Amino acid sequence: MKATPLSNCERRFLLRAIEERKRLDGRQCYDYRNVRVSFGADYGCCIVELGKTRVLAQVSCELVPPKPNRPTEGILFFNLELSPMAAPGFEPGRQSELLVKLNRLIERCLRNSKCIDTESLCVVAGEKVWQIRLDLHLLNHDGNIIDAASIAGIVALCHFRRPDVSVQGEEVTVYTPEERDPVPLSIHHMPICVSFAFFQQGTYLLVDPSEREECVMDGLLVIAMNKHREICTIQSSGGIMLVKDQVLRCSKITAVKVAEITELIQKALENDQKVRKEGGKFGFAESIPNQKITAFKMESAAVDTNNVEEQAEEIITKAEPPSDVFAKPILHTPGTAQIGEGIENSWGDLEESEREEAVEEEGESEATAFECQKMETEDTSTMRETKKDEPIVLSDSEEEEVVILEPQELPKKTR
Amino acid sequence: MAAAEQEEEKMAAAGGGCCLRPFSCEQGLLSRPDGSAAFLQGDTSVLAGLYGPAEVKGSKELPDRAVLEVLLRPKVGLPGVVERSREQLLRRTCEAVVLGVLHPRTAITLVLQVLSDAGSLLSCCLNAACMGLLDAGLPLSSLFCGVTCALDPTGAIVLDPTTRQEQEARAVLTFAIDSAERKVLTATTKGSCSVEEMQQCLAAAQRAADTIFQFYRDSVRRRYSKS
Repeated sequence: MKATPLSNCERRFLLRAIEERKRLDGRQCYDYRNVRVSFGADYGCCIVELGKTRVLAQVSCELVPPKPNRPTEGILFFNLELSPMAAPGFEPGRQSELLVKLNRLIERCLRNSKCIDTESLCVVAGEKVWQIRLDLHLLNHDGNIIDAASIAGIVALCHFRRPDVSVQGEEVTVYTPEERDPVPLSIHHMPICVSFAFFQQGTYLLVDPSEREECVMDGLLVIAMNKHREICTIQSSGGIMLVKDQVLRCSKITAVKVAEITELIQKALENDQKVRKEGGKFGFAESIPNQKITAFKMESAAVDTNNVEEQAEEIITKAEPPSDVFAKPILHTPGTAQIGEGIENSWGDLEESEREEAVEEEGESEATAFECQKMETEDTSTMRETKKDEPIVLSDSEEEEVVILEPQELPKKTR
Repeated sequence: MAAAEQEEEKMAAAGGGCCLRPFSCEQGLLSRPDGSAAFLQGDTSVLAGLYGPAEVKGSKELPDRAVLEVLLRPKVGLPGVVERSREQLLRRTCEAVVLGVLHPRTAITLVLQVLSDAGSLLSCCLNAACMGLLDAGLPLSSLFCGVTCALDPTGAIVLDPTTRQEQEARAVLTFAIDSAERKVLTATTKGSCSVEEMQQCLAAAQRAADTIFQFYRDSVRRRYSKS
C-alpha cells in the first residue's frame, strides 16, 4: 500500500499553525507527549507509548563465541523493524532509507555510548560470551519513532534478566530460572534520544514532532543524553543551518526532558519489580485499563466437556466406515517393492460394460479390435446422451485402446 | 513465574484442563490501521492491525474479489518457515469468512504481531485476526474463533494449553470454528492422535467456541453501549 501524501492545503495549514505557535494536538512548542511504559510477562519485554506512537521491545540472549579481535567482550545486536502495521507505507522486509537511518541512530545511542558493560557479558574469555539481542518493532507510527525506540530499547535492557552461569574449571553451567535467579545486565547509564523539528529554516522549533509535523519539517536534530547531562549522540539532518545558540538551547531542553523520562522509567521498573516480588499479577493483560470502553476482560471460564466422548462416538458411528487398506507389498528383490497388486484400477474410468469385457477378454486382441471397431461405428452422440460425464473411449485402428484418464474419487483409505 | 503456577493450580482445581485462561481484548488501540485489536489469552498476546480494502499492487490484483494478505511477525528475529505456514493458514481461514467479492480489485492487509507467547499462540492469532476484522468493519459472512486443545499423556483433553502443557502433550490440535453453524473452518494438528480423540477434541473445541463467541459478543456490546 502506498502512503497517503500530504496535500498542499494541509501543509500550508500546518505551517501557518506553527507560525502562530499552535500545534494540532494542543501542545506547547516544548511539550513532550505522554510516555507510558508497560511490561510483558517475560523479562526484557516492554511496550512504550509516546502519544500514539507505539514501540515493542524484546531482549533475548544467547551464548556465542566472541569476536576474535575482542575475546573478552559480549556482543550487542540491535534491530529496529518498521512493521507494515505501523503505517500503510511501510513494506515488510525492505531496508528503506528511514529504517537504515533509525537503526544507525539506535546503534550510536545504545552501543557507542557504552551504556552496557560488555565485559561483564564474558563467560570464558575467547570461547563463550553472551550475545544480547534487542528487537524493536514499531507498532503504530505517529511521529518521533527514534525517541520512542530509544526509550523502549533502554527500558527493555534494564528490565532484562539473563540466566546465571557458573564456570568450574572447563565446565560452564547455565542455570534455569528455577535453579538460580536470573541476573540483570550491568547498565552504566541510560541514554535517551530527544528530537527537535525545525521549520522555516530554523526559525521555529518543536519538541517531539508528531507524524504530520514531521511531514512538513525542514530539519531534525536528535540529541541523546543521559541524566548526568552527558551528550551521547547528536545528529542534525535535513540540511538546515543551525546557529550555535540553537544547539545549546536544544541541549538544555534535552537535559530537562531526559531527567523527566528517566525518572518515569525508573518508577515503572520499580513498580514492575515490586509486583513480581509480591507475586501479584503482571504482564500485558494488567496494562489494559479496565474502564476503557473498547477493552473487555473475561475471567478464566470453565468449559463443560463432560459428554464429548459420547458426542465423538456418535459422529464416528454415523460416519462411513473407512475402506480396507490393501497394503501387501510384494518384495521383488531387496530394494524393489510393489504395492497394490490385484487392486482394481480406478484411474482410467472404463465404462461399466466395457470394464467387464476388458477383464474377460484380456489378451484377446482380436476381440478388442472388434470391440473398438464397433465403438467407431457407434454414434458417439448417443453415448453422450446416456452418460454425460463419462469419458468417451476413443480408438484408433493402430492403437488397441486409448482411454481418457479422469481420476475418479479415490476410495477413502484414511479417515 | 509464581503467578503462572498459581494459575495452573487454579485451573486444575476448576475441573482438570477443561478451562479457558482469562481472556482480554482491546479494540481500536492503534491510530494508523483501519482496524486493530489486541487479544490476550492468559499470558499469550497477539496484536492485529488491518489495512483495507485499499489500493492493490498491479501483479497481485484480482478482478473479482479482494486480495487478502496476512503477515505474522515474530517477536524475536525475522519471520521463518513456521510463520510463513501459519500466515497461509490464517489467510485461508480469513478468506473463508471475508466477503471479498464486495470489494473487487482491492487489497486487505492483516498484520499480526506476537506480543508474548505462553502457549496456544495460533488460536490467539485467529482470535486477534477476527477481532481486527470486526474492528475494521469489513463485511463478513460469519465470525470465527480459534481453539487449541492438547492431549496430555493420559489422553485427557486440555483446552487452551500453556507452553508447558503443550510441551508435555502427546498431540496439540488447533481448530478454527465459525459462529454461524459451529463448523470447522481450519484444523491443524501436531503429534499423533486417534480418530476418536480428534472428534472428542473437536467436540470440546465447539463447546469452548460458544464461550469465546459470547466473549466476542460481550466485548462488542460494551464497545457500542455508549454512542
